[in-house]
Amino acid sequence: MKQTSLAILLILFSALGLVVLNSAYVIDEAEQVVVTQFGQPVGNPIREPGLHWKTPFIQDVRKFDKRILNWDGYPSEVPTLDKKFIWVDVTGRWRIENPLLFLQTMHNERNAQSRLDDIMDGITRNHISRYNLVDIVRSTNDILNLGPQNEDALGEIDLEKVEIGRYKITREIIEAARKVVKEYGVELVDLRIKRIMYVDTVQKRVFERMISERNRAAEQMRSEGQGVRAEVEGQREKELKRINSEAYKLAQTVKGEADAKATTIYGDAYGLDPEFFAFTSSLEKYPAALKGSRLVMTTESDFLKYLKKAE
Amino acid sequence: MEFSLPGDNNPKMPQFKTGPWLVPLIILMIVMSGAGSIFFQVGPDELGVVQRFGKYVRTESPGLHFKLPFGVETVRNVKVTHVFKEEFGFRTLQSGVRSTYAGREESPSQGSMRMRRQLSVGADPFLEESLMLTGDLNVAIVEWIVQYTVKDPVQFLFRVRDPRETIRNMSESVMRLVVGDHTINQILTSGREKIQAQMEAMLQELLDDYGSGIAIKNVILQDVTPPNEVKPSFNFVNEARQEKERLINEAWKEYNRVIPMAKGQAEQVVREAEGYAIERINRAEGDAARFRLAFEAYKKSPAVTKKRLYLETMEKVLPDVQDKLFLDERQTNLLPLLDLNPRKGGQES
Repeated sequence: MKQTSLAILLILFSALGLVVLNSAYVIDEAEQVVVTQFGQPVGNPIREPGLHWKTPFIQDVRKFDKRILNWDGYPSEVPTLDKKFIWVDVTGRWRIENPLLFLQTMHNERNAQSRLDDIMDGITRNHISRYNLVDIVRSTNDILNLGPQNEDALGEIDLEKVEIGRYKITREIIEAARKVVKEYGVELVDLRIKRIMYVDTVQKRVFERMISERNRAAEQMRSEGQGVRAEVEGQREKELKRINSEAYKLAQTVKGEADAKATTIYGDAYGLDPEFFAFTSSLEKYPAALKGSRLVMTTESDFLKYLKKAE
Repeated sequence: MEFSLPGDNNPKMPQFKTGPWLVPLIILMIVMSGAGSIFFQVGPDELGVVQRFGKYVRTESPGLHFKLPFGVETVRNVKVTHVFKEEFGFRTLQSGVRSTYAGREESPSQGSMRMRRQLSVGADPFLEESLMLTGDLNVAIVEWIVQYTVKDPVQFLFRVRDPRETIRNMSESVMRLVVGDHTINQILTSGREKIQAQMEAMLQELLDDYGSGIAIKNVILQDVTPPNEVKPSFNFVNEARQEKERLINEAWKEYNRVIPMAKGQAEQVVREAEGYAIERINRAEGDAARFRLAFEAYKKSPAVTKKRLYLETMEKVLPDVQDKLFLDERQTNLLPLLDLNPRKGGQES
C-alpha cells in the first residue's frame, strides 16, 4: 500500500515536473523568441529576457539572436563607370528586427546569410558601376588641399576631384538595401566596402604606371640636382669675377689717386724752377746712365775746357 | 540557455512520510548539486555578468560571490583589463623576445615566405588584408594592429554577436577609407600618425554606434610599403634624392673652397695698391722736400752751385765710363781714332 502510493506520488510528481519544464522557457539577454503552435506563429515575438511560460506540448519556441550579426560578402568583380575592373568586397552588419517576418521568409540564419549575399551583391554591383573609381576610393577632397607635397610627389598634380565619394556611395547602397531586406524582417545596421583591389591585369598596368612615375621622379630629382649644381657653379664664377674685379677697380683707383697726388707734389716743388730741376735731375742720372759706356768729349765741354787752357 | 533544474525546486517535501531514506537523499542531492553552483569567482582582471533566467541583473567585481543555484542565475566572466590585439596583413606566429611573423619580410626564419611573396602577389596569405588603393589610385601595402579592451562587458556580451570579427571587418574597411583619402607618398612618409589618429577615431565612433562595448586603445601602423613589384623603383627615387643632395653639396663645397680664398686675394691686391700709394706719395714728398731744400741753397749762389754740382757729377761719372775719348774741338773726323769694335782691353788712355 505504502509502496504503491509512493509510486503514484512519484509518477504524479514527475508528470508535474515534465509539464512545468515544457511550459517554462528562458529568453537570454541576447535572444528573442517566436512562439509557434503546430508550426504556426502565435502572438507577437517576445523580446523581454527572463523566464516565460507557454502552453506545454502544443507550443514550440523559436529563438533568434537579438544582437548585431555579421554578414561578409564574397569579393566580386565589378567594372566602374570609367571602365576599370575592380574586386569589391563588402561587409555588413544586420539584425533580426522582426523575428516573425524573419521566420516566415528566411526560416533560419543560414538561409538568411545566403539570401543577403544575393541581395547585397546585386545592389553593390549596381551602385559601384555607376561611379568612377576615384569616387569609390576617396571620400573627400581633402587630398587636394594637403598643401605642398614632397619634392618627389609626382602624379599627384592632376588629382581628380571626387563628386560623390565613398561614404555617400555606401550610404546609397545602405538605403537601397535597407528597403529590400526590411521585407524579410531584417534591419541592415551598416554596410561597408571592406576591400577594393584592381583585378590582376589592371593591377599589372597600375604597377607599371607606378614604376614609370617613380622613374620619372628619380630622373627629375637627378636633373634638379644637376641644375642646382650648375646654378651654384655659375654663382661661384660670378662671385669670383665680382670679387676680383672689385679689388682691381679699388686697387687701380687707389694707385691713380696716389699718382695724381704725387704728380701734384712734384709739380708744385719742381715748378719753382724748372731749369734747375732739369739740371739737377739730369746730373743725378748721368752716373748710372753712362756707366760702362763709351764717352767722346771734346775740349769744348765745360769739364775739359780747362784741360786745353786754364784761363 | 541550458536548464539544469530538477523536476521541482519546491522544498515542501517532508510531508511524505514514506521512505524515510529516500526523501533526505533527494534533498541532499539537490543541496549538493546547488552548493557547487552557488559560489562563483571573478578573476582580478574580470567582471562577472550575472543573468537570472537569461535576463541581465548585475555585474560583479573581482572576488568570491554568491548567486542563486540550479541555473536560476548564471555568470559570465569578461576580461576587462586585458588588451586584445588584432593583426592585419601578418600574424604573430610565436611571440616572445624575438617574435616570428607570418607574411612579414623581416622575419629571418621566413625566407621561403619572402621568396614566395616576391614571386607573386597571391602567395602571401595575408596580403589581401593589407593591399589597398590610395587616394591617387596607387597601391600600397599597409600592415597594422588594433589594440582594444572591453569597456562595457554587458554591451560586449549582448549587443554584437561576434565582436572580434566585427573589429576585423570594420578595421579593414575604415583603414581603406582613411588610406583612400591620402596619397601614396603621405602614407609612406609623413602621414602615418595622422592616419593612425583618424583610424582610431573613426573605428571607435563606429563601434560606439553599434554599442559594442569595445574601447579602441591603439591603432598602430606596422610595415607600410609599396608593393614588391614597384619597390625597386621607389628605391631608385631614394637613390636619386641622395645623388641630388650629393651634387648640391659638392657644388657648395667647391664654392666655399674658392670664394673665401678669392676674397683674401682681393684684399691682398687692394692692400698692395694702398702700399704703392703710400710709397708713391712719400717718395714724391721726399723728392719734393729734397728739391726745395736744394733749390733754397742754390738760390743763394746759383752760378757756383751749378758748376759745383756739374763737376761733382762728372767726377762720379767718369771713373765708371769704360771708354773715354777726349778730342780737340777742332777735330771733326772721328773715324781714324775710333775702333767701333771694342775688344776687351781695347783702347784706353
